[in-house]
Amino acid sequence: MAAGRQYLTKEERFWRMALYVTSGLVLFFLMAPILAIVPLSFNSGTFLTYPLEGLSLRWYHAFLASEQWMRALRNSFIIGISSAVLATALGTLAALGLTRADFRGKGLIMAILLSPMIVPVVIVAVGFYFFFAPLGLTASYTGLILAHTALGTPFVVITVAATLKGFDDNLARAAASLGAAPVTTFFQVVLPLIAPGVASGALFAFATSFDEVVVVLMVAGPEQRTLPREMFSGLRENISPTITAVATIMILVSVVMLASLEMLRRRNERLRGIRSA
Amino acid sequence: MRPEVPLTSPSLAAPLGATGTSLKAQLHRAERMRKLRAFALVLPLLVFLLITFVAPILDMLRLAVVDRDLSSVWPHVTQSIGAWTDRSKVPPPAVFDALATDLHDSYHARTLPLAARRLNYALDNGRTLVFGTARRLPETSADWRATLIEIDPHWGDLKTWAAIDQASGPVTSFFLLAAVDRQKTADGHIVSTPSSQAIYVEVLTRTFKVSFTVTLLCIVLGFPVAYLLATQPPRRANLLMILVLLPFWTSLLVRTAAWIVLLQEHGIINHALVWLGIIDAPVRLIYNRIGVYIAMTHILLPFLILPLYSVMKGIKPSYMLAAKSLGASPTEAFIRIYLPMTLPGIGAGALLVFILALGYYITPALVGGAADQMISYFIAFYTSDSVNWGMASALGSVLLVATLLLYWVYDRLVGISNVKLG
Repeated sequence: MAAGRQYLTKEERFWRMALYVTSGLVLFFLMAPILAIVPLSFNSGTFLTYPLEGLSLRWYHAFLASEQWMRALRNSFIIGISSAVLATALGTLAALGLTRADFRGKGLIMAILLSPMIVPVVIVAVGFYFFFAPLGLTASYTGLILAHTALGTPFVVITVAATLKGFDDNLARAAASLGAAPVTTFFQVVLPLIAPGVASGALFAFATSFDEVVVVLMVAGPEQRTLPREMFSGLRENISPTITAVATIMILVSVVMLASLEMLRRRNERLRGIRSA
Repeated sequence: MRPEVPLTSPSLAAPLGATGTSLKAQLHRAERMRKLRAFALVLPLLVFLLITFVAPILDMLRLAVVDRDLSSVWPHVTQSIGAWTDRSKVPPPAVFDALATDLHDSYHARTLPLAARRLNYALDNGRTLVFGTARRLPETSADWRATLIEIDPHWGDLKTWAAIDQASGPVTSFFLLAAVDRQKTADGHIVSTPSSQAIYVEVLTRTFKVSFTVTLLCIVLGFPVAYLLATQPPRRANLLMILVLLPFWTSLLVRTAAWIVLLQEHGIINHALVWLGIIDAPVRLIYNRIGVYIAMTHILLPFLILPLYSVMKGIKPSYMLAAKSLGASPTEAFIRIYLPMTLPGIGAGALLVFILALGYYITPALVGGAADQMISYFIAFYTSDSVNWGMASALGSVLLVATLLLYWVYDRLVGISNVKLG
């Protein structure tokens, strides 16, 4: 491709330029909000606009000093990690079953298992609120964790099932023929090989909970408010620059998750490479 | 490959004699066990989702048709309204007697607000009618019909009685009809709601319009990026992919917050536009439709780029070269050869974006104005702000049906398990 560059016709060169310019602009559009909000969090002034009045960490201090924001940070991690653990356990089991055999109603079951990804969150939140309010599960950590687990499981099922497609069943059969019980085979042979996929699924489930606000808006009490929930009220009322500091920290969390995911993807490819070699 | 495959081949299933049948039966049993074990692994998640996800949604559908508010506090009148057969006149005296009993009872039991609220859903003056009458109700009367109509002539209206009849439960079509701006008259005909109260058809149209526009914007903006990513050498494509994935992984609230900061009246974009001389004074870019389009397109764009990219990755460059060698100009080859092959990707991405956009609530609530709110906003509003669960459920059912229809189409065309997550 690169070698052929000098042979491009005028027409091709025009289209190539047009492609570079438009994609460049769209990629800039995608990154602009992230690029714009990070420097503002280091502004020493109170106005959310450029040029910066000076550099300072005052909004980070404000974030760390606020009992409300700290509780939100704690809640986000408590709910995110608990629901990710639950979703990963349930989702991995289901993915194992779904890839192992065809059974009656599999299509319908698959559609149900993946529907939390498609059904509008507001319906999930309203349904959960109506159904679980009489049971006292609203305004409780349990309720939120259960709801977020439901929302996160489709991502685990998809990711783990995709990893299992590349898994060589003969490895499990070999273990079984050597006398390993199914549970032993799973933990000693299957799980180590699909671990990157399982971890990716867990990350997706955590990210789903970490980002979710509609269910929290309806189901959580004041004690369970998460970071996105506090941001929502912050944006509705008056936008304090502390929000830019919180946003920057959340962007950092996203970068870490994205990097881990890429690492896991490469690890998964390496594991498969070993197998086929 | 698997041992069970020969089972379906006729050579084994056919004549094997007595021992053959037993082998066949054994294989059958083993196969059944294998399926059962596989199903047992899926079962925990299935049960979990049936309880925490499917049951609540079914319950919401039930709440859209169940109507017990009025019958729980006004048991007499809601029972005796069955005696109202001639719908061209007001109900017979017995029904008025029952109403008087209920008004009297619920006034003293302090359950009047419940009845008033339910009637207010259907009648503009429902609250004043109920409270006003109860306050001025005499202890006894020889002719309750005359007395009640004298206290408030609205009791002589067929509309009032149609409202009571439709609210008498245990099931009603009132909320579902209201969700599409329809109502039932006293004689059972379904008519359009007066335009002064009709809002939901407009909200639904708006929801579809916004989703459609956002989908279109995503196609226009996403196509060049997906094409660029698919045609660059892997190293550079991976780097550029980060520019798509980072915003994708960034919290929705963070991105919405960023857009509020960027688009506000004294925000960066207005400053830049004034500085460039494109506009003279800051323009309103937020708390209106423009803000909604910009923020929603930004958030949903990766959902179009990623599936389109993976389809484009699979298109061999040799097709284009063949077209060119046969004399097509690059533009012609692109339009007639490349573009048609990307259609499955465009379709999958666009459908996904449209489905997700339909349910959007947070972004329009934060960057839109009052006239830009979509159906989800009203569902949330009726659930928490104005407690009208029937209406919330009815609107929720409408949104759910629309989404599930599109989900079905998507599953047919693309296969839901093929969703690309980046």
